[in-house]
Amino acid sequence: MQVTININGEQVSRDVEPRQLLVHFIRDTPGLTGTHWGCDTSNCGACVVLMDGRPVKSCTTLAVMCEGHEIRTVESLEVDGRLDPIQQGFHETHALQCGFCTPGMLMTTRALLDENPNPTDEEIRVAISGSICRCTGYKNIVAAVQWAAEHQAGTRQEV
Amino acid sequence: MATVENLPSTTQERPIGFGRLKRKEDARFIRGKGNYLDDIRLPGMVHGAILRSPFAHARILSIDTSRALALPGVAAVVTAKDLETLGLAWMPTISYDTQAVLAGDKVRFQGQEVAFVIATDEYIARDALPLIDVEYEPLPAVVNARKALDPDAPLIRDDKTGQTDNLASATWEAGDEEAADRAFAEADTVVTRDIIYPRCHPAPLETCGMIADFNPQTGQLNIYNGNQAPHAHRTVYAQVAGLAEHMIRIQTGDIGGGFGNKVPIYPGYVCAIAGSIVAGAPVKWIEDRSENLMSTGFARDYVMHAEMCSKDGKITGLRVDAIADHGAFDSTAQPTKFPAGFFHIVCGSYDLQASHVKVKAVYTNKAPGGVAYRCSFRITEAVYLVERMVSALALEMGVDPIELRMRSFIAPEQFPYETTTGWTYDSGNYAETMRVAMDIAGYDDLLREQAEKRERGELMGIGVSFFTEGVGAGPRKHMDILGLAMNDGADLRVHPSGKAVVSISAQTQGQGHETTFAQIVAEELGIPPEDVQVRHGDTDRSPYGLGTYGSRSTPVSGAAVAVVSRKVRDRARLIAATMLETRPEDLA
Repeated sequence: MQVTININGEQVSRDVEPRQLLVHFIRDTPGLTGTHWGCDTSNCGACVVLMDGRPVKSCTTLAVMCEGHEIRTVESLEVDGRLDPIQQGFHETHALQCGFCTPGMLMTTRALLDENPNPTDEEIRVAISGSICRCTGYKNIVAAVQWAAEHQAGTRQEV
Repeated sequence: MATVENLPSTTQERPIGFGRLKRKEDARFIRGKGNYLDDIRLPGMVHGAILRSPFAHARILSIDTSRALALPGVAAVVTAKDLETLGLAWMPTISYDTQAVLAGDKVRFQGQEVAFVIATDEYIARDALPLIDVEYEPLPAVVNARKALDPDAPLIRDDKTGQTDNLASATWEAGDEEAADRAFAEADTVVTRDIIYPRCHPAPLETCGMIADFNPQTGQLNIYNGNQAPHAHRTVYAQVAGLAEHMIRIQTGDIGGGFGNKVPIYPGYVCAIAGSIVAGAPVKWIEDRSENLMSTGFARDYVMHAEMCSKDGKITGLRVDAIADHGAFDSTAQPTKFPAGFFHIVCGSYDLQASHVKVKAVYTNKAPGGVAYRCSFRITEAVYLVERMVSALALEMGVDPIELRMRSFIAPEQFPYETTTGWTYDSGNYAETMRVAMDIAGYDDLLREQAEKRERGELMGIGVSFFTEGVGAGPRKHMDILGLAMNDGADLRVHPSGKAVVSISAQTQGQGHETTFAQIVAEELGIPPEDVQVRHGDTDRSPYGLGTYGSRSTPVSGAAVAVVSRKVRDRARLIAATMLETRPEDLA
């Protein structure tokens, strides 16, 4: 089936099998490998991307379901060499270790902050409850989101 | 410029390497620009998938691959028979056992590898799996370690000559049985507990996988594989495949967590290598989450019977009889000369009169493993046992659990102290450490809160644990895996511009070695950590070493980095002194 998906502002078209998963489409077609495949069952959240601004798990979303929709991946966060505050927050508060969950965490919390610019710790924990960090950095991830909330309008910095 | 000599000594206010740093590796990870195994695509690469056993124990009567081979896109289906012709049907484990790469005679655990499909894409490879027809004759299975040695238990390892039961090894002992019996005979109080520490799984967020790329023209084997000990893996592959080590290159890329799970060598890796030889193309194989959980290295799974006694208000004796469940193949990861890992720290931090520890390992119809998951080797099992027993004894004696520990600790003046299981502790001040911990936790306040709540009919418990952990597996006299000892190297090069590259054999899975080891070089050389690049994860570009697990990187590799930095600094000073026509000691 021919499918056209807007990924990070670019129209991406390809003939795909109806069963192809969005995560594979994103990784294979535009070659954006920041979106990770972790569990294949919607459990871990390493594959979270935004579909029309809402977080979805791309390992259990078919590419053909995204026809005409807008997908945003971790690669879209940095704009003109300037980091998104949520990326900066993760760096500032040491909210990552192996980095495998990080893209999904970043997209999940980016969506949270878009909807709720000043979340409580509890609201952050609920928002990331579908994402697993096996290096167990949840405390620092919550701190990272709070850092980003405090610096939303702040300057983007080089890392 | 800051130099080593004019830097103040390191303190909490001035950590090593020019102070606190944010991590160097974050820059790529927060942009989604890490380089994990699945991100690598090689030209002409094909994909592998594994057919797994639906039974815990069954005889394989026949395997028919014809329907799978007829599927368009399938390049090959490899079975045990094919591997036999390559001499790769069985592989050695790191505990001197053998493990089937693909099951030929029997399957011995649910999820065991039976066939390996190679196809043009990962979807087709998986489509082919149900098209492989395997005829099984199910056999009785044993999954309970305590029943593995029953006379009527099914024999799991009938592949091993002379194996007549499910004992995976002789009984391991430490301590003095007679002395321990005497301590118990003279005791005032004795407690007994059966402690089951169930199997768990490290479950790194990135599963295990490999890209194997064998070049038949040059005989070079390039491997991309996120593992915790690339040099040790290369040595094993060299032995298994009959290649020289320098003809094998392992590159790890970034690793999405390990936690012990990426220490062992798995059948899927050998399949990918064999597949590349058979297919004449790079083969990528990555397991899914279910495969990771059902077939790769687990942790714990110890069934322990313990007794502890006291006399005159102090702990005096410990007796332990434990069963280690090793699954169908013994691939437990442990480097100590005592075959139950660091289990001999089971007498904890206490000055005992005597102890006696027995551990026997059994085969069961479960996945193999026994890795050091977030601890050193079998430390967690040992600590859990001894601390649980001390608390049980305190309860029985009617004394505060901290008070009993305080009375029984090894005293500072007793160090170096040889424990009753024969392990030497070099130093310690346990009572003082405990007092500091109690202050930090506010133990007296907690006791008051507990009393008030109990008054009101509310329940509140206070957990207490004190442990001595052995980390930094290193010296050859105590540690070894496959005769490789437990050494790690470091190679430091300083360029004319003053920038440095340090190559290490430790293997980060997220620990942040690129930052930490740069700080160590910075501390020793007096150059900023930004000017130090840490190179790792490539056997062609790093010195030999045993890798990262059991909290050993900084104690072992870190020490090597510090030593090599000092050598470079001293050499540089000598050369500079000659050039400046002065004495080396006059140069800062």
